[in-house]
Amino acid sequence: MTDQTATRETPPGDAGGDAGGNGKAPLLEAEHVQLYFPIKQGVLIDRTIGVVHAVDDVSLTLGEGETLGIVGESGCGKSTLARCMVRLLEPTDGTLRFRGNDITHLGRRRLEPFRREAQLVFQDPVSSLNPRKRVGQIVGTPMRLHGMDRDKSRARVRELLDLVGLNPEHVNRFPHEFSGGQRQRIGVARALAVNPRLLVLDEPVSALDVSIQAQVVNLLDDLQDELGLSYVFIAHDLSVVRHVSDQIAVMYLGKLMELSPAKELYAKPIHPYTEALLGAIPIPDPEENRRRERLVVGGEPPNPISPPSGCRFHTRCPRATEVCRTSEPPLAVYPGGHVAACHHPLNVSAEEVSAATRSPLSPLSAGDELPSGQRARSEPPDRHGPAGIGTGEGDAGATASGGT
Amino acid sequence: MAERLLDVEHLQVTFATEDGMVRAVDDVSFTLDRGEVVAIVGESGSGKSVTVMTLMGLTRSPNSRFGGTARLGGDRDLIAASEEQLEGIRGQEIAMIFQDPISSLSPVHRIGDQIVEQIRAHEKISKAAALDRTVDLMERVGIPRARDRARAYPHEFSGGMRQRAMIAMALSLSPSVLIADEPTTALDVTIQAQILQEVAQLSKESNSGVIFVTHDLGVVADIADRVLVMYAGRVVEQGTLDEIFYDPQHPYTWGLLGSVTRMDREPPRRLPAIPGQPPSLVNTPQGCHFRPRCPHAFDRCTEVPPLEARVQDAPDHLDRCWLSVEEKRARRLVDGRIGLATGSVTA
Amino acid sequence: MARFVVRRGISMIALLFATSVVVFAFFELIPSYNPARAIAGRNANATTVAEVSRKFGFDKPIYTQYANTMKLIFTGQVIDYQDDLNVVDQFKQRFPVTLSLVIPAGIFWLVAAILLGSLSAIRAGRIADRAVMVAAILGVSIPVFLLAALLLYLFAYKLPWFPNTGYVTFAQSPTQWAYHLILPWFSIAVLSIGFYSRVLRSNLLDMVNQDFVRTAKAKGLSQRRVFTRHVLRNSLMPIITMFGLDFATLLGGAALVTETVFNLPGVGQYEASAIGNLDVPPILVGAMFTAFFVVIFGALADVLYALLDPRIRLTG
Repeated sequence: MTDQTATRETPPGDAGGDAGGNGKAPLLEAEHVQLYFPIKQGVLIDRTIGVVHAVDDVSLTLGEGETLGIVGESGCGKSTLARCMVRLLEPTDGTLRFRGNDITHLGRRRLEPFRREAQLVFQDPVSSLNPRKRVGQIVGTPMRLHGMDRDKSRARVRELLDLVGLNPEHVNRFPHEFSGGQRQRIGVARALAVNPRLLVLDEPVSALDVSIQAQVVNLLDDLQDELGLSYVFIAHDLSVVRHVSDQIAVMYLGKLMELSPAKELYAKPIHPYTEALLGAIPIPDPEENRRRERLVVGGEPPNPISPPSGCRFHTRCPRATEVCRTSEPPLAVYPGGHVAACHHPLNVSAEEVSAATRSPLSPLSAGDELPSGQRARSEPPDRHGPAGIGTGEGDAGATASGGT
Repeated sequence: MAERLLDVEHLQVTFATEDGMVRAVDDVSFTLDRGEVVAIVGESGSGKSVTVMTLMGLTRSPNSRFGGTARLGGDRDLIAASEEQLEGIRGQEIAMIFQDPISSLSPVHRIGDQIVEQIRAHEKISKAAALDRTVDLMERVGIPRARDRARAYPHEFSGGMRQRAMIAMALSLSPSVLIADEPTTALDVTIQAQILQEVAQLSKESNSGVIFVTHDLGVVADIADRVLVMYAGRVVEQGTLDEIFYDPQHPYTWGLLGSVTRMDREPPRRLPAIPGQPPSLVNTPQGCHFRPRCPHAFDRCTEVPPLEARVQDAPDHLDRCWLSVEEKRARRLVDGRIGLATGSVTA
Repeated sequence: MARFVVRRGISMIALLFATSVVVFAFFELIPSYNPARAIAGRNANATTVAEVSRKFGFDKPIYTQYANTMKLIFTGQVIDYQDDLNVVDQFKQRFPVTLSLVIPAGIFWLVAAILLGSLSAIRAGRIADRAVMVAAILGVSIPVFLLAALLLYLFAYKLPWFPNTGYVTFAQSPTQWAYHLILPWFSIAVLSIGFYSRVLRSNLLDMVNQDFVRTAKAKGLSQRRVFTRHVLRNSLMPIITMFGLDFATLLGGAALVTETVFNLPGVGQYEASAIGNLDVPPILVGAMFTAFFVVIFGALADVLYALLDPRIRLTG
C-alpha cells in the first residue's frame, strides 16, 4: 500500500480530468460516457418510448496501479458503468480509452487483447462459478482460451490458488466445497489467470460475512502491491471502499456527484448526498451513537426513466433550493483535487467556493453556474439542523424521518 | 420490573442432513422484556436466524429435533405447542419481519390483501374494516397514498416500500413480541437508515419487545438494549449494549468489533480480519467452537467453556471463554483499540 | 392488448403457412408417392392415371399445386382421394365427437393431477407419495394403444361393464353418451395425469421453501390456507401452459389412437385413416387445424397466466 499512500498525497491533476498526478499515463479513461437502455413498445413494430438513463455522461480516470472506488445505491448506474469499463456493454455515447487507445466501439475480435488486460470480478461468488466444474478447470479455462498449453496452465493454476490463499491441493474440488470467502478467492484467481492489469471488482465482498470481507479486501490489497494491479472497486456504501481506494467517485441516478481523493471525501464530504451516505452508516459505538444526531435522508431514488430536472438529488436533498430544480450543477473543482456537482456545497470556505472552477469532467448538459460563495455560506432557512457527522461547518441537518 | 414476555431456556435445534446431524442451535437461553430490544449478532451459520425461526415454529420439519423451552408470557411453551396453538400465536402475539422484502411477499397477491389476510386470520371482522385498518397501518409506516398503494402488487413497490409493508403487516395485530431478522440487510444504505428508525420508533410506540437479528454491529449499537453474540450455534457472550461494546469478554466479539469499519475515525492501514473460516456445523471443533480461529487459544479450550458471569459486579454479563478477565482485558487491545490480535493460529 | 392480438394473429398466419408448406413438401419427397395412382384405383392403366393426374392438376409445378390446394381448402371445396368426400365437411361433422372426447377428459386429468400431485407433495417421502409416483410413472410409460386395448379387453369384454365401441351423441342421450365415453376419457387422461402430477409435485415442493410461504405461515394462517392460497396458487402456472398445448393438439386430432381403438368417428380417426392411405388433403387440413388450436390455446394460456401473475405482461 506504500504506493497507494503516495498517490493519495499527490492528488491527480487539478482538473481531475487528465492523468494521475504521479506522471504515469492513465490506464483507463472514460470521457462523457453515456449508456441508455431503450424501452421499446409498439403494436407491430417496436418504437422506443423511453430510455433508462443508466449512466449519464460520466467522466473518470484511472491511473496505473491506482484504485478507483465507485459508490452509490441501487440504480445509480455503478454496475452498468463497470460493465462499460470492461466493454461488456458498449456505451451509447462518449469515449473509453485504455492506455490511450480508443476502445469504445471495438468489435469482438479487436477487443481480444484488451480482454486479457481487463477482467471483471462478480459480486456473488456462488452464482458466478459453474457448480459442475472443478476449481482447476474454472481457473484454468481462461488460460487455455488464450492459448496456454495444458501442462503450463496446470502449474499456473496451482500458483494462482496459492497466491489467493487457497490450498493448491484443492484443484479438484467443486465450488460448493468451499465457503463464501473462499469462493470469492476462486473468482479472483480466475480473473488473474490471464495476467490482467486491471480488475473491475463489482461489489466483491458485499455477499460475505464481515470478518471474511476483511480477509478478501486485504488479499486484494496484497495482490495490488505484488502485481501492480489497477482496480475499479464498486460498492454500495462508503464503508469498505475506504480501505482500498485512492480516489472515490460517488454516483446518483447515473450522474457523478462527487469525485475526491479517498481521505478528503471522508473528512470533508462536499456533496449533501455523500454526506447522507456517510450519515446512513451507523457507528459501532453506543455512546457516540447516542451523542450524534442521526442524519437520515428521506424519500427514495426517483425513477431513472424520467430523472428529475436540474440536480438529480434535489428531490431528497435537505439543502435544495430553486436553482437546484432548474439548473444542473457542473462539477466544480475545489482544493485537494476534490470535485463535486452541487449548488450548495458543504465543508468549503467562501474563498474556496469563489476560487472554484468548472471541471472538464462536468456533464455536457450541466449549466455554467458555479456555486457562489454567498450561497454556500448561507444556510437555507428552516433547514438548519444539529451537526451531523461531518467535521465542517455547513452541516445539513436532514432529520426527516423516512419517507414521510 | 418490566413484564417478561419471553423466556427461552436451553434451546437446542438439530437438523438431520445427508452429511450428518447439524447442531444449528446449541443451548441458547435468553429473556425478553416489554419495551426492550435484544439483538442477536452473528455471521452466517451462527444459528441466529434458526433461533428466532424456531420461536415462530418455522423450522419444524420431519428432519428437525428440538430441545429446551421457550415460554411466552410465562406459561405457553412455543417449542412444545401444537401447530394449531402456534397458528393462533403467530402474527397475533409474535410477528416477524424478514430479511428480503422481495421474496417474502407473495408475488401474486395485492399488498393490501396480504395484510388483510393476516388480520382476518385472527379477528372476525369484515373485509372492509380490515382494509381500513390496513390503510391506516400503511400510512403509519410511511407509505404515501396508502389507499391506492394497498391495491398494488409487491413488484410495483420499491425495496424500501416493501419492507415498510412488511412492517405494517407485522404490527397489524399489535404483537407483544416483534422479531426482525436482518430487516435492513437487503436495502440501500439511506433506506436502511429510514427503516431502522421506523422499527425503533414503532416498537417504542407499541411498547412491544423486539428481537433484532443482525450481523452488523453498527446497527446493534443503534438499536439494541441487550446483545447476544452467537458463533457456530452457541451464544459466546451476552450482556448489555455497553458491556458488549466497552468490556467485551470473548475473543470472537473482539474480532467482530475490530472488523467493523468506523466512518468517524481514521481507518487502520490494514482491515482487521478474523483468520480462517467458520467451522462446518457437522464437524464442529471439540471444546470451544472458536478455538481453531483464536490466536489466544490454549490447552483448556478443548473443553467447552460454560456460559457464565465472569466479570465482577456484572451478573448478567455472560461469556464462554476460559481466559481470566484480566488476561482478556490485556489481550483485547490491538493498536489501542479492541480487536483480535493477529498471531499464530493453530489449524 | 391490441399488440398482443395483432402479434398472435400474425404468428397464426405464419404458422398455418409454414405447417401447410412443410406437410405439402413432405409428401412430394416420398419417392413412390403418386396420388393420381391412388385416385385412379388399383387396376387403372397408365392412360387413366395420366388422365387423373391432368384432371387433378398433379402435372402442374408444385407451387401451382400448392396454391390450388390452398384455394380449395379455404373455399371449403377440397375433397379427399380415398372416398371423394369433402374434407371440410368431414371435419365439421367429426369435430363434435372429438370435443366430447377431449373436453371431459381434459377436465378429468387436470382435476385428478392437481389432487394427486398435491397429495403427493403434502405427504412427500411417505407411502402415499411413493404410491402415487409409481402409478404416475406407469401411467406415463404405458403406450396409449396398449392401455386402450387393455381397458377394452378388461372392462368391455371380460367384465362387460361398458359397451365395447361406438358413439352416441349427447343430444340423443346424455347418459348413453357418457357411458360410451368413460373408457376413452380414461385412456386419454392417464398419461397426462401421470405427467402433470409429477410436474406439479416438484413445483409444489419448490414452492414450499419460498420465503413468501414462510411469511404466510408466520402470519398465523392455517396450513390449509397456506397451501391453497400461497403454495398451490403459485405452482399452477407451468401446468397452465402445458395444458393449453396438450389440449390444443388433442382437439386437432392427436387423440387418433384412442378414437381408432374405440371406433369413435372423430377428427383423429379420419386423420388416422388418411395417414394410412397417404391421402394428402385430410392430413394437410388436420395439420393446419392443429396449428390453429395451438396458437389459440397458447394465447389463452398466456392471457390466463397474465391474469394469475400480475408480474407478467402480455407481449407478442
